[in-house]
Parts: sequence; structure tokens; C-alpha cells
Amino acid sequence: MLYREAGDFKTTYADDAQTFPIAFDRWRYYAILIVAAVIIPLVIDSYWAKSIMVPFLVFSIAAMGLNILTGYCGQVSLGTGGFMAVGAYASYKLMTAFPELNIFFVVLLSGGVTALVGAAFGLPSLRIKGFYLAVATLAAQFFLVWLFNKVPWFFNYSATGQITAPERTVFGIAVTGPSVPAYASYLFCLAFVVLLAWLMRNLTRGKVGRQWMAIRDMDIAAEIIGVHPLKTKLIAFAVSSFYVGVAGALFFSVYLGAAEPTEAFGIQQSFLVLFMIIIGGLGSIFGCFAGAAFMIMLPVLLKNVMAGALGWDTTLATHFEFIIVGGLIIVFLILEPHGLAQLARLMKEKLRLWPFPH
Amino acid sequence: MSIHAAEAAKDDASYAAQEEAHGIEPRRVGDVVMEMKNITLRFGGVTAIKDISFDVREHEIRAIIGPNGAGKSSMLNVINGFYHPQEGEIWFRGEKRGPMRPHEIAHQGIARTFQNIALFKGMSTLDNIMTGRMTLMKSNFWQHTFWKGGAEREEVEHRRRVEEIIDFLEIQAIRKTPVGRLPYGLQKRVELGRALAAEPKLLLLDEPMAGMNVEEKEDMCRFILDVNDEFGTTICLIEHDMGVVMDIADRVVVLDYGRKIGDGTPDEVRSNQDVIDAYLGVSHD
Ligand SMILES: Nc1ncnc2c1ncn2[C@@H]1O[C@H](COP(=O)(O)OP(=O)(O)OP(=O)(O)O)[C@@H](O)[C@H]1O
Ligand SMILES: [Mg+2]
Repeated sequence: MLYREAGDFKTTYADDAQTFPIAFDRWRYYAILIVAAVIIPLVIDSYWAKSIMVPFLVFSIAAMGLNILTGYCGQVSLGTGGFMAVGAYASYKLMTAFPELNIFFVVLLSGGVTALVGAAFGLPSLRIKGFYLAVATLAAQFFLVWLFNKVPWFFNYSATGQITAPERTVFGIAVTGPSVPAYASYLFCLAFVVLLAWLMRNLTRGKVGRQWMAIRDMDIAAEIIGVHPLKTKLIAFAVSSFYVGVAGALFFSVYLGAAEPTEAFGIQQSFLVLFMIIIGGLGSIFGCFAGAAFMIMLPVLLKNVMAGALGWDTTLATHFEFIIVGGLIIVFLILEPHGLAQLARLMKEKLRLWPFPH
Repeated sequence: MSIHAAEAAKDDASYAAQEEAHGIEPRRVGDVVMEMKNITLRFGGVTAIKDISFDVREHEIRAIIGPNGAGKSSMLNVINGFYHPQEGEIWFRGEKRGPMRPHEIAHQGIARTFQNIALFKGMSTLDNIMTGRMTLMKSNFWQHTFWKGGAEREEVEHRRRVEEIIDFLEIQAIRKTPVGRLPYGLQKRVELGRALAAEPKLLLLDEPMAGMNVEEKEDMCRFILDVNDEFGTTICLIEHDMGVVMDIADRVVVLDYGRKIGDGTPDEVRSNQDVIDAYLGVSHD
């Protein structure tokens, strides 16, 4: 009985609706927060920040965004890369147009801009569903990347067509630009992750989340119960795009530093984030983190083991990664649509009883 | 057979008491709450409903019966705005209803269940029934985003009411189970709970007892009567089981091939020759 809920009785409905109803989970959550916010920044080096922690945090945000839309509201999107580009270019334009504006607000405003764009692209969702909606969002993906390539206003007429993040500081410490301390880029992203995970929890635990899930599970019945279908879907598109936009802004300004739309925000990013939520678990906040961690760490791990330790060719390692991810997607789609999150839940169930068989 | 079922149900003390009250007291049936006037509904060449008029009075249990394909479900779909009739008027609580979307009609106080269960399969029983209270919840998006400004208080208040419904329907044990995993009979019960949660002024039930075994039917009958009795909810239900209809309905409309062929108390309908020819004579007794 490593994991216990015995003796944990709920006497009020508010208690029962807590984020972590079991005391053990609550303590573990606080422990993770302390490790993430205090211990990791003390020990993190630039290799860990660059190749693991920052991309993990950024893609966790993107995965939360897509999971709101797809996992909770049931609207499939293949436009994640394009909406990340909107966030990135919004942050670039804001940073260059308003140099005094704090980078924190730049990122939030970029999310806001992306939310509006996302809601506009969500309009067809009232009429088209499933596969056809996916195709429509795919069109959005290509259109947006094309737009940022073609219209020079977006990249301030720079000769290369690239956008480059100028240096911005928080409390005097650089978080964007050429010389950012590892811990600063990590902590800056972490702040957004904590904030956005909290907001997502709030949205999904009550009325708004139930409206989304009702539309996902049976839109006709949802409407008959009084859920406004278009409004609900548009809110999902807007909130989702806000998250994806924030992720795009951070991806460009903190992680990449300089970006060019086709490569940084192409269709491969859309699929990457989609794979994250499928493997992590549709309709679960924990699943966003699990999926992002998995998809970010797998290539690093494979590269280190196969290319580093075993001395294989790096391209071979990359192909291996495709095979593993492809296989896992199929396995999860067929056997466990709720992904790693569900596996974790099942394990908890088992642990709760362990070592007693019944 | 179904009449025997109803007889058997009377063994249950509370049910018997209920039935007695049902029979003896003049029912507190009130004014007309909803009136359908000359409704005609066509799908291309098929006329599903042809010039049908009937009314529903406050607090009554109004049954719609008829053979398969008679247009019963279509009638409920017209009432809750899912289909738009080509001709006719719908009056609800003294006002003529203009063209409305189903979610607007839900806000007017009309709730329903479906012939083929339409629950939110991925959500728990609790969440399904909580969703039923959508029209009663006032907090807005921003309050929920920050879980402030009464969002939490409202959730708890509504949770309390939902728990009462869960107790009433005796489904405490499946509170947190995703409804997709529940057996058919329980799903029907949860769907009733979801409709009840809206505290509707008019409750539409499309074959609430279809596909149930005798025991489940008795339970469902009891719930419907209790809802009508305790909360005074006006109910309009479609049912194939004549025994059940004769037992619980105050008045019955009989449809056949999209036309109305009878309307009145169960006894009147039972002795109506058209109805006997079209329906009773063919498939029952
Ligand atoms: N959406 C639709 N499109 C075309 N025809 C329809 C549609 N809905 C119903 N109909 C037709 O209208 C007629 C009445 O159907 P309805 O479902 O109302 O019957 P019902 O009385 O509920 O039958 P049952 O007892 O089998 O449920 C049928 O002939 C049916 O084929
Ligand atoms: Mg029907």
C-alpha cells in the first residue's frame, strides 16, 4: 500500500472536486513544484536547458492547447504549427514595435493575437466535422506559413526573411537574445507552464469543460441541453490557440532566437504536438506533460544511446525514432486512447491495492 | 404481459400508495402549457406529420402512442426545435414560438431524453447530470478561467442538487463511472437524470422504457410518477408498452401514419374503434 486513499474522506463537495483529492497526490504535486522551481534552476546547465527542459516546457504548452481543442472539445486540428507561427510573429512584431513592453506581456499578447486568429479559423467548425475539419485546419497551416514567408511586413523587410529576437530582460536578467543564462530561459518558460496549467485546470473542472466535452461526445444532445454549439467551439478554438500562440512566442523568442517559418513552424510541428497528446492522453492535463516529455526526450535518448554509446550512424538513430513513434501511435490509438495518463491511472489503481491481490 | 408487470409493481408499498393517490385524488392538472396547432412536417416527399393538433396541460402525464413510423419521435423533435415544421404553430406558456434553435428552447425549460440514448459517453454519471444543469448556471467564462467570482460556489451548489437527483434515481454507486461503461438500463436512468437536472417545465421522454426488462420498467415507471408527483413536472412521453401507458398517462394522443387518430383519457382511447383497428388490435392483447 504505497499509495493510499484510505482515511481520506470527503465531507464537502468542494473537497471532492479538488484537483488532487488524495493527500498523497497533493504532497507529490507540491514536491514536484519545488523541484521544478527551486532545485532544477540551481543545477541546470545550457545543454539540459537547450536540448531538453526548454523544448519540453514549450511543447507542454502547445500540447495543452491542442488537448483543449482535440482532447476536450473533440475538434481535430492539424494547424498547430501555423498557429505557433502566428504567436511567434506576433511576439516579433510586438517586440520590435514596442521595445519598452515587458517580454512577459509580449508573450501573453501574442497568445491573445493567436486566439483571435484561431477563433476566425474555427468558424467553419460549425458546419464541418472530423476529417473535413482536419483538412480545413491543414489548409490554415499552409496558408499561415505561406503568409509569413510572402508578406515582408511580418519579418520587418529583413533581407534574409528571418525573424530574430532582440534581447529582453525580466528583473534585469536576459530571457531572450544572444546571451541568456540557462536557468533564466528555463524559469521564464516554467512560469508560463505553471500559469497555463492552472488556467487549464480551472477551465476543464467546471461548466466550460463540461460544455466542451458535451460537444465532443454528442453535439446534438449538447445542443438540446442548452449548449450553444458555435460559441462553445469558438471558445475552444480561441483558448487552444492562445496556448499554442504562447508556445510559439516562447519557441521563437526564448528557444530558437531566430526563425524562418517553413522550417520552424511547418506541418511537422503540427504532427509532433498531435502525437504528444495521443501518446500522453487525450483529455488529460497530465497527459500533455507526459506526451511532451516523451516526444522531446525520446530522440535525445536514442541519439545518446545509439549514436553515442553504440556508435551507430545518427541518421539510423533518426529512422529508429520514426519507427518507434509510429509504432507507439498505432498501439495507443488502438489499445489505449487515453494514453500514458490512463496507464498512470491504472498503475495507481494497482498500487492502491498492492501488495494485496484484492 | 405489461399489465402484469404493473400489477407486480404494486407489491412495492410506496408504489401502491402512489397509485392510490394517483387514482383517488383529482389530479392537480392545470392550464394548457403547450399547444401544437395544425403541425405538418415533411421530409422531401414523405409527410411524417400531417396536420396534427394537441395540447399538453400543466402537471399532466401526456402520452403519445402509435405504431412504428407513426411520427412520434418526429413530433418530439418538432417540440424541441430539432425539426422545423412546414406548417402549424407551437404555443408554449401562452406565447407563440418563433423559429428557434434547440439550445434556445432548452433555455425556455424543455428537456428531453432520446429513443437511442444520447449521453456523453466519455463523461461520468455525475458530469453528465451536471451538464444537464447548463441552463441554470449563471457564471461566465472569465469567472471559470480564474475559478473566482462565484464559479466555485456555483459548482458546489449545483453539485448539491445533482446529488439529490442521484439519490432519487438510486444511482449513487455509479456516480464517477464513465457512462459508456454502464449497462443499457442504467444509461436510460442517467439520461433521465440529465433531463431532470434542468428542472424543466416540460419533460419529453422518447420511449424511456424501451428495451428494458420488467424490473427496470417498474423502476422507471416509479421514477416517472414520482417526478410528476413530487416536482409537479409536466411530462410528455412516447411509449410502446400499452400497459404502462394505460397505467401512468392522464391523456393519450394516438398517431398513425402521421395522422392523429385518437386523443383522450386512456379509457376513451382504449375504446376508440380507429385506435383499436390501427394499433391495439394489431400488435397487442
Ligand atoms: N430526418 C428524417 N429524414 C427523413 N425522414 C424521416 C426523418 N425522421 C423521420 N423520418 C420519417 O418520418 C416518419 C416518422 O418517423 P418517426 O421516427 O417520427 O416515427 P416513430 O413514431 O418515432 O417510430 P418508432 O416507433 O419506430 O420510433 C418515418 O417514416 C421516418 O422514416
Ligand atoms: Mg421513435
